[in-house]
Amino acid sequence: MRDVTYLRPRTLSEAVQLYRTTPGCRPLAGGTDLMVMLHARTLRPEPRGGAVLDLWSLAELKGVRRLGDILEVGAAEPYTGIIGSAEVQQHLPALAAAARTIGAAQIQNRGTLGGNLANASPAGDTLPVLLAYDVVVVTDRRSIPIDRFFTGYRKTALESDELITAVRFPIGRQVAFRKVGTRAAQAISKVVLAVSLTPARVAIGSVAEVPLRAHRAEAALEGGDVAGAIAAVADDIRPIDDVRSTAAYRRAVTQNVLRGLLDAFARG
Amino acid sequence: MFEVTQATEVYSTIEIAKGDVAAGEQAADFVVERTFRVGLQEQLYIEPQGAIAYPYRETGNGKRETGVTVVGSLQCPYYVHRALKRALALTDEQAVVIQAETGGGFGGKEEYPSIVAIHAALLACKAGWPVRLIYDRHEDLAATTKRHPGVISHRTAVKKDGTLLSQDIYIVLDGGAYCTLTPVVLSRAAIHAAGAYSCPNVRIRARAVATNTPPNGAFRGFGAPQSLFAAELMVEHVAERLGMSSVDLRRKWMLRVGDTTATGQNLTESVSAELVLDAALRAVAPNRLTAQPPIRHGRGLSLVFHGSGFTGSGERKLSGTVAVAGLANGTFQILTASTEIGQGTKTIFCQLAADALGVGLDKVVLAPQDTSLVPDSGPTVASRTAMIVGRLIQEAATELRDRAKREPLPLRVEKTYVQPDSIHWDEATYRGDAYPVYAWACTIADVDVDMTTGEVRVTDVVTAVDCGKALHPVMAEGQIEGGSLQAVGWATIEEIKMKDGGYQNDRLATYLIPTALDAPRIRTILVENPYSRGPFGAKGIGELPMDGPAPAIIAAIHDATGVWLDEVPATPEKVLAACTSR
Ligand SMILES: Cc1cc2nc3c(=O)[nH]c(=O)nc-3n(C[C@H](O)[C@H](O)[C@H](O)COP(=O)(O)OP(=O)(O)OC[C@H]3O[C@@H](n4cnc5c(N)ncnc54)[C@H](O)[C@@H]3O)c2cc1C
Repeated sequence: MRDVTYLRPRTLSEAVQLYRTTPGCRPLAGGTDLMVMLHARTLRPEPRGGAVLDLWSLAELKGVRRLGDILEVGAAEPYTGIIGSAEVQQHLPALAAAARTIGAAQIQNRGTLGGNLANASPAGDTLPVLLAYDVVVVTDRRSIPIDRFFTGYRKTALESDELITAVRFPIGRQVAFRKVGTRAAQAISKVVLAVSLTPARVAIGSVAEVPLRAHRAEAALEGGDVAGAIAAVADDIRPIDDVRSTAAYRRAVTQNVLRGLLDAFARG
Repeated sequence: MFEVTQATEVYSTIEIAKGDVAAGEQAADFVVERTFRVGLQEQLYIEPQGAIAYPYRETGNGKRETGVTVVGSLQCPYYVHRALKRALALTDEQAVVIQAETGGGFGGKEEYPSIVAIHAALLACKAGWPVRLIYDRHEDLAATTKRHPGVISHRTAVKKDGTLLSQDIYIVLDGGAYCTLTPVVLSRAAIHAAGAYSCPNVRIRARAVATNTPPNGAFRGFGAPQSLFAAELMVEHVAERLGMSSVDLRRKWMLRVGDTTATGQNLTESVSAELVLDAALRAVAPNRLTAQPPIRHGRGLSLVFHGSGFTGSGERKLSGTVAVAGLANGTFQILTASTEIGQGTKTIFCQLAADALGVGLDKVVLAPQDTSLVPDSGPTVASRTAMIVGRLIQEAATELRDRAKREPLPLRVEKTYVQPDSIHWDEATYRGDAYPVYAWACTIADVDVDMTTGEVRVTDVVTAVDCGKALHPVMAEGQIEGGSLQAVGWATIEEIKMKDGGYQNDRLATYLIPTALDAPRIRTILVENPYSRGPFGAKGIGELPMDGPAPAIIAAIHDATGVWLDEVPATPEKVLAACTSR
């Protein structure tokens, strides 16, 4: 790793100010994506003698808060905190389920929702859950509806100096989650699904360049057509062959897992 | 990548012939044919390859003299020693190789450390300064040798009642772009190819070919897991064809005392196919719970043997040497080049010596694995260390004890392996006693298959093992447990895809092995059927656990799904595709 300036703001407003004024500055939350990229030198653009802006200790970005019928999760709250939150367990069990599948204990102690969102990997495991809940991504300057957040392969609607501060979940929605990886822990998803019946949401990761909503499948579900939804989802996704799996497998498993999750809803 | 079966560049070939296969097939009611495929596997020792080279050697009083010293993570100090001498034109004394505490080997540090050592030594000589060369995980995965992939075809002729008439076996192993220990791996693969069974007519043709991939090399089992995988599944296919239980068929075929193997070796002692089969069957509950869809349960079994020690005349050529020294202060030192790589060598050698000397374990130490101090005991490979080298230590210590009664300390007794006259091997015809003795294992694997994702979860692996005598039962079980898990990974998820002659899975993010959460419950039953020339009857156990689990798991997947995969790894992609197209 080359010389990088390390910035540790004490307040959110200080962080926002520093991010705006420091050239080549990268936010650092848990560092579980960033450190890997720095180490492998795959970070683009490389921090040209740049800086990291450590968000880890910012109180404003931590915790889980109830705001009326909204549950707000701080952008820098680690997965372990999310899994341990009684409010998350009660109202957002699918989020807790997704968080439990991320890496293993060490990664869950450091990894955050803000990092998963900004990293915007098509395989990010919380991202289909966020899509299925129709969350709102709160930044230092605005609110971005999740269905407008992912704009392309690892591209987001965030501006170059914009910080995510929190994620807002509506309370009362039933979301089912399933991740299919190669092994029981420390696995990157081959397919990851989050599904809700009312409203009809079918959100899938690792099957396209972005985590996506399967709109055709959702339309069929909206009309109560479960078989139609399972058939239609094949046209919603654009899976590829890569080092982790094959397009054919991802297609088949998307359909099978969707069927399984919908059956489970039907059984109650 | 060049398809192995089409490759024309050949490193070595072997032909083993017993009886008359054509006659066997003529007398048959059925001839069953099948082709099996096995994939690459990375050893994944925890510590990557690494060495430190010094452009000098130090003599006793700390004086530096002309030469090169290499300290490294390695299995076989004298292999590296030989490589250094040759590459840098050094004498025996000028080259010094010292094993550092080594974080695992599994065959991956049998041969490759010679390359790392030479590179580090050349740089050290050029720089006139010590050089440390340690691979990071990516470099290690991308460059070092893997288990040979291969394609193995069987034609088996039987009578309606299951009588085995002939086995015709064709093995192709992929050596990659350069020849490593490939011919020796091929040899072990060929000798084990007929499985733990007695057959009057056998033909085994084996070839190792060159392709455009990184070279493949030594890995725990050394070719036997590949050929035994095919042999064991072949039993399943023949049993299915006959409408017979594959356990009953194994009972009918299995080797017993007095039987001869494919190379014509007459098995005279410590033959335990039946013992381990019975022990394994007794250890598992017959009834299993029925699974909830989409999960299906399945169970599979395998029966394998594994030759202990070097193949054929190998031990005679190696003539491994050890010494035991009684020091003036009343303690004892074992001098051997056999290394501790996590398997327990240090402990069992001291146990054997202390026992023979009649002293406490605290009175015996192992001298460092330093070629300037210890004799060449041969490499730490081939399930030979406890049985061959352990026996030499036992003999040396026994002699030392006798002499110490008459002579004053310090004393030193050296022992060199002498091939017993009863062992005959003809390298030219591949006839005779391929190994001094065999270890035996029966594995029963239980799996859960998710029919919606093709994911295979190996829930239980029970193995009954005859290693002659477990010198240290806890460590013997440790070998079985670790080897079983390594085999579970090979059988299910460890996959390497190739692109432009290189590995795509060259990081731990993409080369996945089972985690603690993926590990089955592993149970080991030690059955002891002693071998007359092993220390306390001990035979080798290091490689054996790599042989049995893979075919048992594939049979279990068939039991669960009705689908035969005939290949490893049985990735979810392959399992789901096979189940869907059925
Ligand atoms: C061993 C291992 C296993 C993993 N397993 C999984 C897994 O199973 N599933 C999965 O989805 N991911 C996995 N990951 C990836 C990673 O842990 C997650 O993406 C995690 O959520 C990232 O969060 P972080 O806080 O560590 O992000 P960081 O690494 O700190 O940051 C990631 C990116 O987001 C930016 N960023 C961070 N916070 C903010 C913010 N508040 N505002 C704006 N930009 C921000 C950073 O600048 C950086 O570009 C794994 C990683 C490792 C190393």
